[in-house]
Amino acid sequence: MRFVDEFRNAEIARSLGAKIAALAEPGRHYKIMEVCGGHTHTIYKHGIEDHLPDNIELVHGPGCPVCVIPMGRVDDGISIATRDGVIFTCFGDMMRVPGSNGSLLDAKAAGADVRFVYSPLDAYKLARNNPDREVVFFAIGFETTAPSTALTLMRAKTEGIKNFSVMCNHVTIIPPVKALLESPDLRLDAFIGPGHVSTVIGCRPYEFIPADYGQPVVVAGFEPLDLLQAIHMIMLQLAEGRAEVENQYGRVVAWEGNLRALQVMQEVFELRPYFEWRGLGFISQSALKLSPAYADFDAELRFEVPGVRVADPKACQCGEVLKGVIKPWECKVFGTACTPEKPIGTCMVSSEGACAAYYNYGRFARSRARAGA
Amino acid sequence: MAGLEEEVLARIERQRKLRPRFRDHTLTMAHGAGGKATHTLIAGLFAPAFDNPALAPLADAAAVEIDGARLALSTDAFVVKPLRFPGGSIGELAVNGTVNDLAVSGARPLALAAAFVIEEGLDADVLRAEVNAMKEAAGRAGVAIVTGDTKVVERGKADGMYIATTGLGVRDERVRPAADSIAVGDRIVLSGTIGDHGTAIMLARGDLEMDADVVSDTAPLWALVEGLIGAVGEHVRVMRDPTRGGVATVLNELAGDAELGIVVDEDAVPVRPEVKGACEILGLDPMYVANEGKLLAVVAADAAQAAVDALRAVPGGEDAAIVGHVAEQPAGMVLVNTTFGGTRIMDMLIGDPLPRIC
Repeated sequence: MRFVDEFRNAEIARSLGAKIAALAEPGRHYKIMEVCGGHTHTIYKHGIEDHLPDNIELVHGPGCPVCVIPMGRVDDGISIATRDGVIFTCFGDMMRVPGSNGSLLDAKAAGADVRFVYSPLDAYKLARNNPDREVVFFAIGFETTAPSTALTLMRAKTEGIKNFSVMCNHVTIIPPVKALLESPDLRLDAFIGPGHVSTVIGCRPYEFIPADYGQPVVVAGFEPLDLLQAIHMIMLQLAEGRAEVENQYGRVVAWEGNLRALQVMQEVFELRPYFEWRGLGFISQSALKLSPAYADFDAELRFEVPGVRVADPKACQCGEVLKGVIKPWECKVFGTACTPEKPIGTCMVSSEGACAAYYNYGRFARSRARAGA
Repeated sequence: MAGLEEEVLARIERQRKLRPRFRDHTLTMAHGAGGKATHTLIAGLFAPAFDNPALAPLADAAAVEIDGARLALSTDAFVVKPLRFPGGSIGELAVNGTVNDLAVSGARPLALAAAFVIEEGLDADVLRAEVNAMKEAAGRAGVAIVTGDTKVVERGKADGMYIATTGLGVRDERVRPAADSIAVGDRIVLSGTIGDHGTAIMLARGDLEMDADVVSDTAPLWALVEGLIGAVGEHVRVMRDPTRGGVATVLNELAGDAELGIVVDEDAVPVRPEVKGACEILGLDPMYVANEGKLLAVVAADAAQAAVDALRAVPGGEDAAIVGHVAEQPAGMVLVNTTFGGTRIMDMLIGDPLPRIC
């Protein structure tokens, strides 16, 4: 497949792997966090760790939009979905996230009209084609997906569609990264910056990381060679004693980001004073809600939702996994009580969640690599 | 740390080997998707309730012996939406699906029974077209449709129509497929490209507004099976028809039954570029996407190349290839050597194949 196979070339991977290994000082342990869940998925799917020396550890970050949704939000979504006349729409992965009393998929099996869509525009089209039904879109995602929600809402407003609304769970990437950097129980060497988010926000917002914390950031693409190259760039910075923001994903990410996308977000959203993140707790100014000009489309205002905060299950250590403090397999319930088919925590739901990625792809490979087989 | 990881992994594998228990309160789409939930439903509810020696292997077709005649019996229901799709239709699928379950059990299909559940208001021409499609498919597969049943249900109940077919075949003497005959070193052979059917259906549903030149591979498999067992019958350990859940699910079932590992070379698996492209965009893995006209066989190493040559000589088998092998470890699991030079686990399908979001 052209434009894809080129980025999965094993020869180049081996030579990059050798260069990376040559840069790694013996005896030093490197911890590099990939912030984005898409990167976590790529790492496991292609077996990237097989190309890295043992003393480089990839730590999985909080950038999986499904994983960070707290149970209370799922419960609120289900309370809307189970109303008469509602068509409730969301992205596929979101349907399996457990609330305190089942998931959206369970609500669907019990009779609610829950449908998965590929984009907010698909949900909007459903609203236009079903004028006698209330169509609600459960919006999730970082700055990556927020602009498409914003554009859809602008269109709904222009076209005067009344039976469409959005339950907004959009979050922003910088506040949780800051929270991680302030966290005393985690010591990192560098960050692999998220690719898709950066197409929107650009590279400038990461500049505080080298400036204030002295750690390199390399924004990377999603093909396996992108990631290996980014790791190589990080290792070069560390070897040369530099700490900068660099852009490996220049074929897609502009340094200044996408100004038009930022503009539409500015118009449709405003920052919430605080938002609860699964496992990370409340983080101030870390999420978006609809601005007053779009309040008519706000599902949380249109429908009464319980809005109850539900504590994470006691056994679940998603928070520590999301912060990279523990590895998925170090969680007490990993793989036994919590599996992809019966997840307790969100990290086990999405294919971008660190636990699911490790469970599905890495379970054997890593231990075998360790054993030197 | 490595010690703890080993311990955790061992605990997980022990848990995975327990007999599945069906404890769900409601049935969801996942129970019909052919992956883990389906497996739990069958092994946890149906199998223990109906327990008998012919059912016990939970094979595509049951082997039954009547007065010395070695017969095979199989049944399948077809609920595909839309009814017609590029490369086929529900009627053609209803014939091929069932004759293929017989064929991969080493049985030459003889006769079919068909039951129709039809939605009130269905255009008679639609039904005529499907009856005709079944007639032609039966002709190609060399089976007679010898009995049937018709029910009509209220408007809105059956997506136009559902068809269930039951097939009877006679088992060929040249092959004795059994999962427990799989041995270390055996090769995994595929008769052609994977993922065509599932991808064609997804695109035909039109929700994705994506156009690609992908057609279903629905076809009867007996000619391929006969070519294979004519050449290397005594070296064929087992044959499968990787439909729902795709090649990944079939390989996991085989690895589990044989308590051996299966290693797949990603590079060697034939996938059409347009299928690969569509799956890439949708975040799906072709290994999990359904096929309706592909044969997967486990063959002794020495006979593997002869098996491929035999398949390639049969129309529809031109892309046949050796895609992997059986290993001692990891027992009960499927490992993929990636194109990128890494390794990953390929587990059974979980739930419906839902798209990734970003």
